[in-house]
Amino acid sequence: MAHATGRRRGRFGRFGGAYAPETLVAPLTELERAFYEAVEDEEFLLAFADLLARWVGRPTALTPAPTLGEQLGLRLYLKREDLAHTGAHKINNAIGQCLLARRMGKRRVIAETGAGQHGVATAAAAARLGLACTVYMGEIDMQRQALNVYRMRLLGAEVRAVTGGSRTLKDAVNEAMRDWVGSVTDSHYVLGSALGPHPFPTIVRTFHEVIGEETRRQILGAEGRLPDLLVACVGGGSNAIGLFGPFLEDTEIAMVGVEAGGRGEALGEHAARFAGGREGVLHGSRTLVLQDEHGQIAGTHSVSAGLDYPAVGPEHAWLGEIGRVRYERASDEQALEAFARLSRTEGIVPALESSHALGWLIANAEAWGGRLVVVNLSGRGDKDVETTRGLGVGDGGA
Amino acid sequence: MSRIEAAFEPGRAAFIPFVMAGDPDLATTGRVVEALASAGADVIELGLPFSDPIADGPTNQRAAARALAGGATPAGVLDLVRSLRDGGLATPIVLFSYLNPLLALGDYAQRLARARVDGLLCVDLPPEEAHEHERALASCGVDRIYLTAPSTAPERLQTLAGTGSGFVYHVSRYGVTGERDALPEGLERHVAAVRKAVGRPVAVGFGIAGPEQAAEVARFADGVVVGSAIVRRIERSGTEAPEAVAAFAGALAQAVHGAREPQA
Repeated sequence: MAHATGRRRGRFGRFGGAYAPETLVAPLTELERAFYEAVEDEEFLLAFADLLARWVGRPTALTPAPTLGEQLGLRLYLKREDLAHTGAHKINNAIGQCLLARRMGKRRVIAETGAGQHGVATAAAAARLGLACTVYMGEIDMQRQALNVYRMRLLGAEVRAVTGGSRTLKDAVNEAMRDWVGSVTDSHYVLGSALGPHPFPTIVRTFHEVIGEETRRQILGAEGRLPDLLVACVGGGSNAIGLFGPFLEDTEIAMVGVEAGGRGEALGEHAARFAGGREGVLHGSRTLVLQDEHGQIAGTHSVSAGLDYPAVGPEHAWLGEIGRVRYERASDEQALEAFARLSRTEGIVPALESSHALGWLIANAEAWGGRLVVVNLSGRGDKDVETTRGLGVGDGGA
Repeated sequence: MSRIEAAFEPGRAAFIPFVMAGDPDLATTGRVVEALASAGADVIELGLPFSDPIADGPTNQRAAARALAGGATPAGVLDLVRSLRDGGLATPIVLFSYLNPLLALGDYAQRLARARVDGLLCVDLPPEEAHEHERALASCGVDRIYLTAPSTAPERLQTLAGTGSGFVYHVSRYGVTGERDALPEGLERHVAAVRKAVGRPVAVGFGIAGPEQAAEVARFADGVVVGSAIVRRIERSGTEAPEAVAAFAGALAQAVHGAREPQA
């Protein structure tokens, strides 16, 4: 398959690669070697599987959503990553990479975080495995996710405010990379999404593919067949690649990745890289990047901190180009409506990130009438209630 | 022999100052570059401002932010180089850039050559990713400067022997750009190993704060890059930067050029 050949050595077609400063070239090579050795090592895989089962709480449920499904005229299931330890899929990758870091003899891990979910997950994984942990978080995100800042500190992590640039996820990645350039000998950078220089996109996908593997078993058990459509939100794209990965060869299954449409079409008002981005290189990877005509990285906007990032993971750029996955968007407003609607109809408060996947499905349900659809509910919305309450979402039974 | 190669004279190290183009505006940068040349710079590194400079410390980050706020664009920086050349500037110029703004220029190799830029150092483009870049720049006669670091493995140094031209920029330590109090251990040994493996002059940068450290490095390296310490002076003096930088650059040049002369 074209897709399979596109995945060699950190390349996804012409996307991906390792565009890293010289100081990081050797550590990235060391990481690549350690990763491929680890995933061939029975002992490592058993330790990872055990942590996923008894610490993360996997498998997570595949929950039918009969009320919303009926309203939309389709058979809807939710993959419940919100039920994973620390409240989102992020923990799969965090514990996997921390386990890898410990195996490599590192004493400390670094992470960036937007919504705070990856920071909390890494802080928890580091605590579990006895590693020191530093999390970089944009000043603006620290305000919108104050509770997660407290959780990270409670878990023993040091949270450093990033005051440069747009003070959001992109700048947290910059700062985490700068830390790593200076600390590579004893630290591992736990990148939280399917982006960055090779081997990160492949590592992150591998540790998250448990989402898609479980979904396959669960939907076969529940329905006796594979789904017609998979939907997931895409910031960097880790939850989406985790769900999509194990189904990519099943060409009869449609897949939609949903980006943040924000509040408008203009550059800076959204985080829709497929619609508004151009090929470029950011944070070590060649991919679709929101940027101005001079190659300066553009500001982004999304009501959800986790999708508020100007580049998409390189494998997604490739899957979009070859047409295997369709990339669409949901606006802030559609996401907020979906957030309230799922809470009412199914008794589940979704993360604002996951609400984008639901928001797109709600807006496009007609085209999928009667079909079997799985939405990845990548995280729970407790972290977002401060934001949504401020916006008056769901108040007063309206 | 390229103009950059010619700048490395036997018996003394080359002085290579770095400034961010457009900080605080391109006209000031033009005057700063001329001041650096008069002060004795052998090669001048001109930073192309980028919004997300992951290999730079706070001083150079702020410089890039000031340059972008002042309206500097990649095309504007090339226009500046062209006008400096038209004005008679003979000192070789190396552009120090991240890849993304170069890609936005389109056929950047030809555009650099037309502006009479002598060399390009692309911080986030290691030789493994640089095949097209190498070919395009070589065919335009622009030198390709690559970085080495303390972590660069011996077999990769061998690769660099067949890739790049001009000189090698050795990053003296783990970490981002910025001034440091002391030189790292083993630096002299690293420089000798890089020179032997690659067969080109080796300039050392990252962390050199003033004339004393510059002289220490100049005793064994072929070139000494001073960046943040100059950028910090530009930050303090704004459009008065040319005057402020001239004296400091003069002291650096003297320290670098005189480092191997017998002590009186």
